[in-house]
Amino acid sequence: MKKKNELLYFALRNTKLRIGMAVLLFFLLLMIIGPHLTPYKPADFVGPSSAPPSKEFWFGTTTFGEDVFTQFVYGLAPTFLVGIVGGVIGTLLGMLIGFVAGYRGGAVDEVLNILTNVVLTIPVLALLLVLVAYIPVRGVLIEAVFIGLTSWPWAARAIRSQTFSLRTRDFVGLAKMSGMSSMKIIFTEIAPNMASYLFMTFILMFGNSILNAATLDFLGLGPTEGVSMGTMMNLAVQWSALMLGVWWWFIPPGIAITCIVGSLYVMNVGLDEVFNPKLREM
Amino acid sequence: MKRYFGRKLLIYALTFFIAVTINWMIPRFMPGNPVDIMISRAGLRGSAVTQMYSYYMDAFGLDQPIWKQYLNFWIAIFHGDLGTSIFLFPTPVIQVIKDALPYDVALLLPSILLSWFAGNKFGALAARNKNLDNTLLPIGYILTAVPYMWLGILLAWVFCIVIRIFPLGGGYDFSMQPSYTWDFYWSLFNHWVLPFLSLFIVQFGGWAIGMRNLIIYELEADYSHFLEALGAPRKLIRNYAYNNAILPQVTGVALQIGVIVTGALATEVVFAYPGIGYLILQAIHNQDYFLLQGCFLFVVIGVLIANFVVDIAYILIDPRTRAGMTGGAE
Repeated sequence: MKKKNELLYFALRNTKLRIGMAVLLFFLLLMIIGPHLTPYKPADFVGPSSAPPSKEFWFGTTTFGEDVFTQFVYGLAPTFLVGIVGGVIGTLLGMLIGFVAGYRGGAVDEVLNILTNVVLTIPVLALLLVLVAYIPVRGVLIEAVFIGLTSWPWAARAIRSQTFSLRTRDFVGLAKMSGMSSMKIIFTEIAPNMASYLFMTFILMFGNSILNAATLDFLGLGPTEGVSMGTMMNLAVQWSALMLGVWWWFIPPGIAITCIVGSLYVMNVGLDEVFNPKLREM
Repeated sequence: MKRYFGRKLLIYALTFFIAVTINWMIPRFMPGNPVDIMISRAGLRGSAVTQMYSYYMDAFGLDQPIWKQYLNFWIAIFHGDLGTSIFLFPTPVIQVIKDALPYDVALLLPSILLSWFAGNKFGALAARNKNLDNTLLPIGYILTAVPYMWLGILLAWVFCIVIRIFPLGGGYDFSMQPSYTWDFYWSLFNHWVLPFLSLFIVQFGGWAIGMRNLIIYELEADYSHFLEALGAPRKLIRNYAYNNAILPQVTGVALQIGVIVTGALATEVVFAYPGIGYLILQAIHNQDYFLLQGCFLFVVIGVLIANFVVDIAYILIDPRTRAGMTGGAE
């Protein structure tokens, strides 16, 4: 119990963590409250074409007369959803494969290592490219699952090498002697010893999933319905917002992604300092 | 070293095999007849339908047994036969991709190499300079979080629309015919600068931050403290730290390559730069599946070659792998 309080104490004092959390919370709040602040729906044609930001339309309108602010706040939810679902799937797969490979070693390790390397070399985008042609209706969840299924290799590698160094420790040997099953040893002896590391892996995966999804959406490989930050940029570029100077259409989604992903990265560094006493700023 | 190379080659061969198999499987194991789906989505009319129908039936060879279809698919690939593009009918897909490929290489190769060198140098500098570090760190974190295409959009907006320094769209001026003249090269260069810059800047942030962290880590290592205690000059310690830190950065290229390629594809879309990324967009809009699958194959091959080059670079740099120990970049 005391250890937890100590971590919390350092977590609350860490500037990086505080800044990251604040930015993240701001966008989460905007995601929840935002849709109640606007009377429109994202696909409604509500105003004049390409109107600059004004009192009535906070972020201006698109060339079709849709309200950019409405699209923006509705688009935040899919962005976070992809991040969380993709992050969770990626982290769990990375843990599973990393733990088993690192703990078992030998032939199992060899096979899993090859699998990791194969998945590592096939880019997510390339896989989606083929699939996209044959799945006519794609949702945010499918996209998130795909990103999760292809993003685990680096985590698996890192977790494998950590497990590898832990498995020769005395406490693991003791657990083995007491007759615990491998799975139990992994989850009660090894995993807790790298809990902070696993949590940080998730944070990074979260950010990467958002970034990946934005790129896929931008290329037109994302969900076929609804708005997201990536699709907003995609439409803006497709309908020459650049040439027409409609900057209010493509600036907000990019800022949102940069802020969210950036705050996750900064939080990660902050967490590192909290968990690792050597790095704490005194 | 032989073992190391053997393993790597096995993995690459396996990856290629799996990629091609996925490419073959997806149209065949999806519900419905792929030929019908393609014809109906392509929105062809009149005689084009029957022509395309017989072409597709022939190309897929759906009347043959499964194993034979699979074999034929491989044979076709080794003959460079990736089908015919619908949207540029009747150009073969391989030709379409061949025309686009130089633009991708021209963007990717310089941006990866230059950002890597510049980022490493800059990161190492930042690790020993408090003031530089305080400015580099926040900028670096922002840069790594910026989506490639958004930076591209910003650059395009500022430099092509607001202050008209660079042209926007295409690989060269639309009024020109490709020729070996200085005017044409100049036009090529002008269209290349911004896509290159946006790729360079995002990658630069990542490498710089990585190098900074690695150097700081190395300077805290026992051997650095030991050297310091012996009274070794700071420059010598820095050099050792740099040489040790460069290795993970080389492996980093292999880990990042997929992300970089994806970023380049998105950047091409922003600038309507006629590489594979732009082709993909066209293929999606025109429901051109053969072209999509061809692009898929080339992206995978490109990533495999890049990985292989990184492996060789790693061996050249790391004395341990050269000496025959199989450690390091696994």
